[in-house]
Amino acid sequence: MRHLPIAVAAAVLMLGGAASAQETVKIGYIDPLSGGGASVGEGGLKTFQYLADELNAKGGVLGHKVEIVPLDNKTNPQESLVQAQKAVDAGIRYITQGNGSSVGAALEDFVTKNNSRNPGKELLYFNYAAVDPSLTNEKCSYWHFRWDASSDIKMEALTNYMKDQPSIKKVYLINQDYSFGQSVRSDARKMLAAKRPDVQIVGDELHPLLKITDFSPYIAKIKASGADSVVTGNWGQDIALLLKAAADAGLKVNWYTYYAGGAGGPTAIKQTGLDHQVYQITEGIPNSGNKAAMDFEKDFRAKVNLSLWYPRAVNEMRMFKAAAEKANSIDPVKVAAALEGMKFDVLDGGEGFMRADDHQFFQPIYISSFGTLADKAKEPFDEENTGWGWHLVSKIDTANAMVPTTCKMKRP
Amino acid sequence: MAELIVISTLNGVLFGMLLFLLSSGLTVIFSMMGVLNFAHASFYMLGAFFGYQLTRWIGFWPALVLAPLLVGAVGMAVERYGLRNTHKHGHVAELLLTFGLAYAIEEIVSMVWGKSPMDYRIPAALDFPAFTVFSTNYPAYKIFMLVVSVTIFVALLIALKRTRVGLIVQAALTHPSMVGHLGHNVGRVFMLVFGVGSALAGLAGVIAGPSLVTQSDMAGLLGPILFVVIVFGGLGSLPGAFIASLLIGLIQTFAVALNGSLASLFGPLDPGLGPSPLTDIWNVTVAQIAPILPYLLLVLVLIFRPMGLLGTRES
Repeated sequence: MRHLPIAVAAAVLMLGGAASAQETVKIGYIDPLSGGGASVGEGGLKTFQYLADELNAKGGVLGHKVEIVPLDNKTNPQESLVQAQKAVDAGIRYITQGNGSSVGAALEDFVTKNNSRNPGKELLYFNYAAVDPSLTNEKCSYWHFRWDASSDIKMEALTNYMKDQPSIKKVYLINQDYSFGQSVRSDARKMLAAKRPDVQIVGDELHPLLKITDFSPYIAKIKASGADSVVTGNWGQDIALLLKAAADAGLKVNWYTYYAGGAGGPTAIKQTGLDHQVYQITEGIPNSGNKAAMDFEKDFRAKVNLSLWYPRAVNEMRMFKAAAEKANSIDPVKVAAALEGMKFDVLDGGEGFMRADDHQFFQPIYISSFGTLADKAKEPFDEENTGWGWHLVSKIDTANAMVPTTCKMKRP
Repeated sequence: MAELIVISTLNGVLFGMLLFLLSSGLTVIFSMMGVLNFAHASFYMLGAFFGYQLTRWIGFWPALVLAPLLVGAVGMAVERYGLRNTHKHGHVAELLLTFGLAYAIEEIVSMVWGKSPMDYRIPAALDFPAFTVFSTNYPAYKIFMLVVSVTIFVALLIALKRTRVGLIVQAALTHPSMVGHLGHNVGRVFMLVFGVGSALAGLAGVIAGPSLVTQSDMAGLLGPILFVVIVFGGLGSLPGAFIASLLIGLIQTFAVALNGSLASLFGPLDPGLGPSPLTDIWNVTVAQIAPILPYLLLVLVLIFRPMGLLGTRES
């Protein structure tokens, strides 16, 4: 009976093997759950948990239950690597992240290195919001897939809209001082110069990321510059506080933003009284008029008590399921191969596709403005109980929301 | 240009006054008890969250009185059951205690209220523009903050320098046993001082909460700069802290308003050199380095005038 322990161990291992067919698919959610980005990170976590529940209610992915594992990175690239390693050690094969392109770059690098060193234990990185173009250009990786429109796609669409607005004469740029903010600023400069050479850039500000508590000095500067429009890629508290300071000072300009709808933003816009003067560019809006999307939004708001801020997360999770089914496997290598070039009907209607060249997802893009809603029956959703909501201004189809890539993809 | 100068001055004074409201409590505690309270910004955060909660239940004005009292009570409890026991082990132990306390308070706050910003609004009675300069509005609420800060400054000065209570408090610091022999309860004096200091931080929190952002990381955002203020003004000097707060407020706002860089002073670098780390440094504007200027100032003050602006001793 000396061999009994070994036999038992072997039996346990075999049982474990049998059980693994039913193992859960764990997705490591690496985003800030403390610090300045916490409010954004918490909203994202709730969104992904809702989406995982949605998948599980319909039988999961190939019969596997999906579980979201929250990992707090404090919006810090170094901390993100620690969390990613923690995910790897826990046997997690999928990670998703969105807040901060500096974090995105660190994770992309981590995943690439990890996968070349540990064949058979590959890790896939699903990026739902880090929009620095370099992630799908010079830094591109086979193991990285991005569902959000990159910053240059958004700026392309935004400047296409701005060029037809003759009232724009003087533009002020204010952005966060890190890779994403810098790319917004340089894209805006380049594209405005090409499309509207008569427009004057009267200010170009970079401020520290998520560290400013009072934007009044910046607002004073914008005011003094005589700008009629402000372009900003600010997100999280940086956009909410910026708009709040503008509201306090009574600054009257048009705002062209990426993320004015973030927590606190709508309340501040209502305070400024800038009715339909704050624009946002997104891959979906609550009042899109698409029935399926609006039903989803209604259920989401009822259950999560938040507006759906990440339609792209919906696309990501649903497409993950579709890719796994196409590959008939939850193995990251096979899922990655299935995702390449895959076409997918997005939440707000219309077809998008995951370009194989750079793993950037292309989809219809929406420009919306925030203000009073004329027809409550057609546009039922307001934000933060302000009574104001997002109104569709312009929809750009997938074909017109594409940009070239310099990515030279290294395939395994 | 005149517009920018006037508005920046106003913004700088307003920010400086908020800094003073915060650092007054810290400097009172330090000058009376010799304790450098790392948890001070946490008491400020507690004030903001208590203020938010009480505003929801009973309205802003009662909260403005009650929340600082609550924070003061918490502060007194910390002194009575924490600091008093560690006091005999010297200042390092006290420092470590407040250091740990800062983290504990932050965690507790985020456990109770979560990590998202609170919807803490300015009371309706003060939610209007007080006046308009160069078509920029000045919210009445900010003027209210200014008035409260100045009132606190004057009240504290009078209390410490002109009243019997202030006399006993100051005597208790240098000659605790003598004061004790005269029949005063030195332990209670210290507890009250710590309570008042914490309550001041709490008051700053209640007032700043609606104007800035009420969120569980607010202590971390303002904490470090408080130490700059009290070191710059002179450790333990109330007028010093007042002047230092104003100066730092003004420096930060004016730095943001300036666009100057080395490149604009001396012209761009020779493009033949190509992009290098040097061109990055060359093109950084004053506005971009505005947030680190106070810390630079801290280093310079410690090197050239260790006692600070109005400080009396070199510690």
